[in-house]
Amino acid sequence: MLAGMSAKEKAGLAAIALALIALPFVLAMAGTAWVRITNFAVLFVLLSLGLNIVVGFAGLLDLGYVAFFAVGAYVYALLASPHFGLHLPFWIILPIGAAVAGIAGAVLGAPTLRLRGDYLAIVTLGFGEIVRIFMNNLSTPVNITNGPKGINRIDPFQIGPLNFSASDSLGGLIFSGPIKYYYFLLLVLLAVIVINRRLQDSRIGRAWVAIREDEIAAKAAGINTRNIKLLAFAMGASFGGIAGGMFAAIQGFVSPESFILNESIMILAMVVLGGMGNIWGVIAGAVLLSFMPELLRYTVEPAQKMLFGKMLVDPEVLRMLIFGFALVLTMRFRPAGLWPETRHKRELIENRS
Amino acid sequence: MTEVLLEARNIGKKFGGVQALKDVSLTIRRGEIYGLIGPNGAGKTTLFNVFTGLYPRDDGEVLFGGKALSLESPHTVAAAGIARTFQNIRLFGNMTARENVMVGRHVRTRAGVFGAILRTRAERAEEAAIRRRADELLHYVGIDDRADALARNLSYGDQRRLEIARALATDPQLLALDEPAAGMNATETAGLRQLIEGLRKDGLTVLLIEHDVKLVMGLCDRVAVLEYGEKIAEDVPEVVRGNPKVIEAYLGTSAH
Amino acid sequence: MDILLQQIINGLTTGSVYAVVALGYTMVYGVIQLINFAHGEVVMIGAMVAFAVIAALAGSALPPGAILLAGVLAAVPACMAIGYGLERIAYRPLRHAPRLAPLITAIGMSIILQHLALLIWGRNPLAFPQLIDNPSFAIGGAAISGVQIAIILLSMVMMAGLSWFVYRTRFGIAIRATAENVHVASLMGVNADRVIAATFVIGAALGAMAGVMYGTYYGIAHYTMGFILGLKAFSAAVLGGIGNIPGAMVGGLLLGLVEALGTGYIGEYTDLCRWPGAADGGWMGERCADGAHFVLFGSNYQDVFAFLMLILVLVFRPSGLLGERVSERA
Repeated sequence: MLAGMSAKEKAGLAAIALALIALPFVLAMAGTAWVRITNFAVLFVLLSLGLNIVVGFAGLLDLGYVAFFAVGAYVYALLASPHFGLHLPFWIILPIGAAVAGIAGAVLGAPTLRLRGDYLAIVTLGFGEIVRIFMNNLSTPVNITNGPKGINRIDPFQIGPLNFSASDSLGGLIFSGPIKYYYFLLLVLLAVIVINRRLQDSRIGRAWVAIREDEIAAKAAGINTRNIKLLAFAMGASFGGIAGGMFAAIQGFVSPESFILNESIMILAMVVLGGMGNIWGVIAGAVLLSFMPELLRYTVEPAQKMLFGKMLVDPEVLRMLIFGFALVLTMRFRPAGLWPETRHKRELIENRS
Repeated sequence: MTEVLLEARNIGKKFGGVQALKDVSLTIRRGEIYGLIGPNGAGKTTLFNVFTGLYPRDDGEVLFGGKALSLESPHTVAAAGIARTFQNIRLFGNMTARENVMVGRHVRTRAGVFGAILRTRAERAEEAAIRRRADELLHYVGIDDRADALARNLSYGDQRRLEIARALATDPQLLALDEPAAGMNATETAGLRQLIEGLRKDGLTVLLIEHDVKLVMGLCDRVAVLEYGEKIAEDVPEVVRGNPKVIEAYLGTSAH
Repeated sequence: MDILLQQIINGLTTGSVYAVVALGYTMVYGVIQLINFAHGEVVMIGAMVAFAVIAALAGSALPPGAILLAGVLAAVPACMAIGYGLERIAYRPLRHAPRLAPLITAIGMSIILQHLALLIWGRNPLAFPQLIDNPSFAIGGAAISGVQIAIILLSMVMMAGLSWFVYRTRFGIAIRATAENVHVASLMGVNADRVIAATFVIGAALGAMAGVMYGTYYGIAHYTMGFILGLKAFSAAVLGGIGNIPGAMVGGLLLGLVEALGTGYIGEYTDLCRWPGAADGGWMGERCADGAHFVLFGSNYQDVFAFLMLILVLVFRPSGLLGERVSERA
């Protein structure tokens, strides 16, 4: 990735890297809550990048993506909590969660991928709801999910003596739990970005885009569209599974309430607003929409109180309305997103050989 | 040059109650340019779509290179060695010309997800080969200067050429062109003719559907004529031209 | 009480509502081959508007019948306007865009509708005021309520009316011609834009009625009710063969029955203690001692049935019971 960059670009990259490394300490000065908020934003960036493989690259509209996030979260919760008395280390559970979510994605995709895209959208929408129903009800006759109460006291990450739920200090700097998670998330994010970039510029990535552009032509050009679509579905789902596992560990508890349809819509809005298929656009969209609740809290709430003396519109409702409008307006006026993919430019810059 | 490459036996296809193809049999020999003509709605494109796995056939069988051809899906047909273009050009509009051709290499290459993620030595070598081959083909069809342009930004003639390049990327034994000259001006058609003649010189077999009878008669080694889903003639152009049934089919409809 | 008969009655009632909602999906799909994602929310708005009007008039001196009618008369035009707006905002400008685009705008519209409803009517469900007594009639060991009778009859009337409209009137012929081939229909002088808008509007009007019926049946209306109802009605449309008007009716009724019977019996049939030999001893025997139950899936899985039906239909008969091929055309 570094090859072929100018000195100026390298300097820019180094500056961004330094800023990202310093960020949690700056945020911590404003309060550890901000580090937590940032961690959740990074989680949503991960989810958006996973969904981007499905929606952005392969053009398959998945409206139940949060279900795979849920699968990953519950796999982690069940394998690392007092609920079953299992306490496996995270580096074993995360791959398991990714695999289970990936398999769930493939199993769901298999019957529907022959059909037209809008069927897929509805089936995934239903699937998201079904997973939630199961999470809510699989507490009897054998208690698997603990029902609506969810699962508590989930183990944090632990690497040797390093516990992610406790604070350590090193060289005068205090590394709180959220800060440790932040760095871990940053590493995962880096890996996911590299994976996405490499997939995009590969035989498989080209096949995905070809299917998105014209499925019939892709078939005629020799692509087994069914398998390649399934692959996109499973890949995207497994990313969701990994993000879910980290979510469970960071949050310390999971319950079905975290995995409602609105979450799927939000992730979709991040992908669409940022620019379907464009990794940097998707990241920007995810960051923007993740911080939106805080943004609204510090602007809309006081503004309403000042103007009307009370809250008229709940910021949460306002946020969903903004998502809705973001979807409609982006599709109508900037269908390629706020930061559209510039393949042509990319092709000129990145001459890999 | 008499080895049979493709033999279709008694192909039948119905759409609802309409018999679009009835008992069509034909043989295409290796290395020839085989023309398929007929009035509008005669079933040319339907036959084409059956050969390339886009429509399931109702009757008959197709032998390709002496073996039964599985017409299950277009990608198995492409893998077997038949590549096609579309009457209403179907390119991947938001991919560059080069990427379009690179997609055509898919069926002859193997790298998977893990190869791509890890950028293994084998994957990098394969990727470089795909790219080299794509550039060769772009040069072959004469649009190498447009390699980095988005397919949708190419001129009409260049889009036709790009589609041929993408089809050639699948290493076909038989290249099936669906009205490649449609919508082209005289200069572009002349260029296309040169390109197709070049393909024959390089040993490729070509199946050509065309409306431009002059182009077909001038270019093809043998010609079949379809009317109302049935084959009414199949021979060298000079003979077909004199066939009374063919004259009637063409003049009968275009005379009034 | 005869559980079988009772569940059939209940199933026919909800099935009638599913059928009426499914008509909205299927008509729109018929003409533009796209799913109207926001249709469920239109149904929800219908129920909310009607309930709000009815609740506002409930204390007045008007006779109960007039109050009910006022609710319906407010809901239907409101939904028709929303249906029209949906087509103009989410679908028409994107008719030549990639297929993904109108789906995404429609999802956006449904989020907007849902949260506008939340803003206007709040988080709590609206309750249906006790206007008239709901008499109950006994038939063959089961009970059928006045509301159930009204819902089934009203749905049948609407379905018959729509069939008459689509198959017997000039505009209906235009709709069917557009569904068959929009270009040819345009050449024959059919105003395709008008036809497409009309299917949205008619579907929305039916949806409004369905919303009122559904809300009345369960006694409440809530801003989230459109999502799962829409999902089920869509499943019904697919079950019958999407794009096919009689198919939507058959699919809706069938889905209602499957759901009611499934919900009614699933607990019994997945109670492992009732399985032969299960309670004989060992681990299961302990669980089943003293007539205890070991129910794998209870009636709380009600919402799963529609989805399972949808998947089964898509796997085994994607064209639906009465429909034509729906997989991608060349």
